[in-house]
Formats: sequence, structure tokens, C-alpha cells
Amino acid sequence: MNEIELLNWARGPGLAYATAIMFFGLSIRVIEILSLGRPEELAEVRDSGVRDGWLMILKRSLPEVRHWKYITASYIFHIGLLVVIFFFIPHTHLFRDVFGIFWGGWPNYIIDFFTVLSIAGMLYTLVARFYDPARRILSKMSDYLAWLVTFLPLVTGYMAFHRLGLDYTTMLAVHILSVELLMIAIPISKLTHVVTFTMARWYTGSNQGRRGVRS
Amino acid sequence: MTNKNNLLAGELERLGISRRTFLKFCTSIGSVMALSPAQAAVMAEKLVTVKRQSVIWLSFQECTGCTESITRSHKPSLESLIFDFVSLDYHHTLQAASGHAAEQAREQAMHDNQGKYILIVDGSIPIKDDGVYSTIAGMTNLDMLQQVAKDAAAIVAVGSCATFGGLPKASPNPTGAVSVSDIVHDKPIINIPGCPPIPVVMTGVLAHVLTFGIPELDSMGRPKAFYGDSIHDRCYRRPYYDRGQFAKSFDDEGARKGWCLYELGCKGPITHNACATVKWNNGTSFPIQSGHGCLGCSEPDFWDAGGFYKALSTGTNSPGQWATAALAAGAAAGLASAYLNKSSKADAEKDHQPVTLEDMGGKS
Ligand code: SF4
Repeated sequence: MNEIELLNWARGPGLAYATAIMFFGLSIRVIEILSLGRPEELAEVRDSGVRDGWLMILKRSLPEVRHWKYITASYIFHIGLLVVIFFFIPHTHLFRDVFGIFWGGWPNYIIDFFTVLSIAGMLYTLVARFYDPARRILSKMSDYLAWLVTFLPLVTGYMAFHRLGLDYTTMLAVHILSVELLMIAIPISKLTHVVTFTMARWYTGSNQGRRGVRS
Repeated sequence: MTNKNNLLAGELERLGISRRTFLKFCTSIGSVMALSPAQAAVMAEKLVTVKRQSVIWLSFQECTGCTESITRSHKPSLESLIFDFVSLDYHHTLQAASGHAAEQAREQAMHDNQGKYILIVDGSIPIKDDGVYSTIAGMTNLDMLQQVAKDAAAIVAVGSCATFGGLPKASPNPTGAVSVSDIVHDKPIINIPGCPPIPVVMTGVLAHVLTFGIPELDSMGRPKAFYGDSIHDRCYRRPYYDRGQFAKSFDDEGARKGWCLYELGCKGPITHNACATVKWNNGTSFPIQSGHGCLGCSEPDFWDAGGFYKALSTGTNSPGQWATAALAAGAAAGLASAYLNKSSKADAEKDHQPVTLEDMGGKS
């Protein structure tokens, strides 16, 4: 297989399979979670819990002073990742192709800036996870793997754009393949939080609200 | 003693080309191929003394575009000199002889120059159903290629069909088209892809073969001198790409300002060829300069790599449909699993037998 065949596989069957696996997996998981419902309330319900559900989504997204370094790094990489994924012009064409909507992209130098920020942020979270005794004990292999599959697309994308490492065709193929790996990992790992984070927060908040605990 | 008419020197004399002009020609070919001036001079020295080289040109499943490309220059150019100089002993389109006489010429050339002739091939070779989809003088392309390749000194596969299978190989490939290198494994093969290839690339490679032998090739058998850089590496619109300034349609302001054509489907970033430097029609222009993205015609399977007008970053086979189907299938599977969960929970509740104090041996 030469580099063009690899790229064509990544852009063709590879992308189709990864897309199918990701959407299939996510929709199963979301529906299963929703179908679990709530446990029966044994005490009197005091509130609908809607307000507290929304508040919790918001609150848990706000930075905290505690662990501010770790949280800042984590913020930076999440925001950077979102910007890079959804606003790099070539990516926007992929989304237009898949979803039929186009929102235009941002100039390359902005994307470049956010890519570097995200890479730095991710590296910091890795180092912190490793050197902080508590985090280290709590971290399992799957946490490091989740980190890795998120990190790879960033680095390979950066290298492809700047013509670093392998020749461009191969690097582009490797980048697309690494994204496909991430897409497959999303429904089967903790990375499912890309869609379930709001559900989980709303659930916690509204549960508390129903029992009279303010978010 | 060698007859001077058999040397390129004789041909130059006949055409009234001065040594100086010839040297200039060699320097220009040399510069295109990134040879040093000294090497270009050596090439000139060697070229004038090479003997007329026997060439057999086989055309299989092709459109004659490659032959058109190499022969149709506006005026006879120095580039075509090399082509005129070789002894083209067999070529369907160009030779005067036809029928048995033509085949005889081929056999004669093979016999007279055994082990020394160069075989040029354009067109892909159909191998499905014993190769019946393309025959010449009752012989399948496959048989003819194997027969002629056997005693060739080297093979030059010209055009994307001969190098990679070309358009005939496009999905679903009804004739089972393959490239020369899929069939011949024991001869040096130089691939000159392109649909068609640039004339000076063909003559430049021939000049190199005649003087220095087989040029340095990349992993796909293409001469590095011409296929070492991508179109994008040498594209004059590259600064716009780097700045993220893209034409959105073929007649918007960006297009008029000459911005990058990536969003309009340009495949320049993954295409290796010399169009951006050598250009076409005696260096007049090339597709991107005329406002159209690169189709990637010198890369394998360019016809099956998604739409020509879709950005390189898009998928090649509608991932949108896969996404919708997967969402629906996932939803169905999710509901089924929810139902199963519910019923096993209900069963568990039904089968639940509370333990009483009596069961534990106590008194109620
Ligand atoms: S027009 Fe094509 S080859 Fe030129 S810079 Fe843009 S993408 Fe690259």
C-alpha cells in the first residue's frame, strides 16, 4: 500500500466506518442512559429540579480557584480543541460534507495559536496527573489512553500543516487515521463525556433540586 | 566506425542546430532536473555521441493523450529533438506501416536490438477474462507486454494508465486494468505519471536514460527530479493558503484576486508533479494558474478519490449517510437494550423472595 492508497483509505472506508461506529455507539449509550430513568423518590419532591439542573451545567463549567493551574490548563486545551476542530477551514468543509451546514472558518494563524495552546495544555495535564500523588493513584491505564487518543490528532494535525516529519501525504493520512481512532474511542471510553457531560450535570443538579438542595 | 547519421551529432547537423543552442537546451533540461551546470555539460557531451536508440512504444488501454502531449507542440521544439532522434520502431499512431507490416517491424526491432531497446508503454493492461478486452493483431495486451518486456533494457511507463492503471482502473474496473509494474517485475521501470505527462518531463527522462542511465526514482518509481516536490510546494498561490485566503467560488472576489483554490477542491497538496515549475505549452501556464484546482492526475487512483470540486479534507464516500444510518441503528439498538434492561429488572422484582426472620431461624 502506498501513501496515496493509505490516504484514500483513511478518507474513504476508514472515515465511513469510524463515523458509523461513533454515531452508533453514542446513540446507544445516550438512549440507554435515558432509559434508566430516576429512582423512585421516597421523600416528598420539593421542586421540579429544572432550574438546578441548568445551574449545575453552568456551575460545573465555571473555573474554580482550587487547583487553578490544572483547571486552567484543562480549560485551555478544551477550548483550543473545540476551536481547532470546528474552525480550521479544511475541517469546516468536512462538517459541511457530513451535516450539510457551513459556518466558515478562522484564519490559519489563529488555529495555529490554539493548536499550540492545546498541545501545551494537554502536556501540562499529563505531567500534573503523573506527578500529583492523588491524581496518580486515581489514574488508570484507560485515562492515559484517553489522553493519548486525544493528543495524537492534535500533534499529527500540527505536523501535517507545518510539513514536519513524514511527507505530507503520509502525515495527512496518519492525522486522519488518528482522528478516526479518537472517533471510535469516544463511545467506548470516558470520552463519551463529549455528549454526556450535560446530561450528567443536569441529572446531578436536578436531583439535588428535587430534594431541596440548591445548586 | 560509427556512422555519424546514427549519432545525435548528425541529427543536429541535419537540423542546423548549433552546438551553442544545443548546450543551452541541455542546460535548461538539466536545470529542470536539478542537475548542476557541470552535469548538464556532461549530458550535452554524452548526448551528441549516443547512438540512435531503438524504442518500441506499446499503446494499450489509453486515449492517445500521452502521444498527443509529446508530439503536439506548437512549433518543433528542442525538447522534441530527443523524441525525433530516437528510432521509434513501433508506435501505432505514429508509424506509417499497418497490419502485418507493423507487427513485423516490432518483431524485427526486438530481434535486432535484443536486450538493448527501450520499451515505452502508455495505457493500462486489462487482465480480467484472460485479457480479452484489448487486443492488438489478435494478441492480448498482457501477452504483448510480457513478450516485448522480456528483452527490453528498460521500461518507461508513460501516463497514469501505464503507471497506475489510470481511468480504465476506475471503480468498478470492468476490464481488470492494471499497471505495467503490476505485471513486469524483473526490469527497471521508470514511471512518468500524468494525464497526460508534461512533454519536457518525458523528453528529460529519455535524455537522462540515454546519457546517465536510469534517474533516481521515488517509492512509486517516479523520477525524483520531476516528482520530488508537490504542486503545493511550488505553487505561486501558496502564500494565500498559508494565510487562509481561499476562493469560495470560481468567480468570487477571491478567485479574481488569485487566492488559493483549496476550498474548490485543489489536490495540489498531495500531488507530485512539475506543473507548477515547468508548466505547459512551452511554459505558458498550468491548471492552477488558469484558475482551476489541481485534479491530482499524477497520483494513483485520483479518479476514485472523491469529487474533483470537494476539498481534500472531505471524505470520499458520503460519511453523512453513514452517520444518519448509524444514528438510527444505534437508536434502535439502544431502545432494544433499554427494553431488555427493563424486563430483566421486572423479572428480578417478580422473582424476588423476601427473607423473613423465620427463614433465618428466629422467632416471629
Ligand atoms: S491552489 Fe492548490 S496547490 Fe496552490 S496553494 Fe492552494 S491548495 Fe496548494
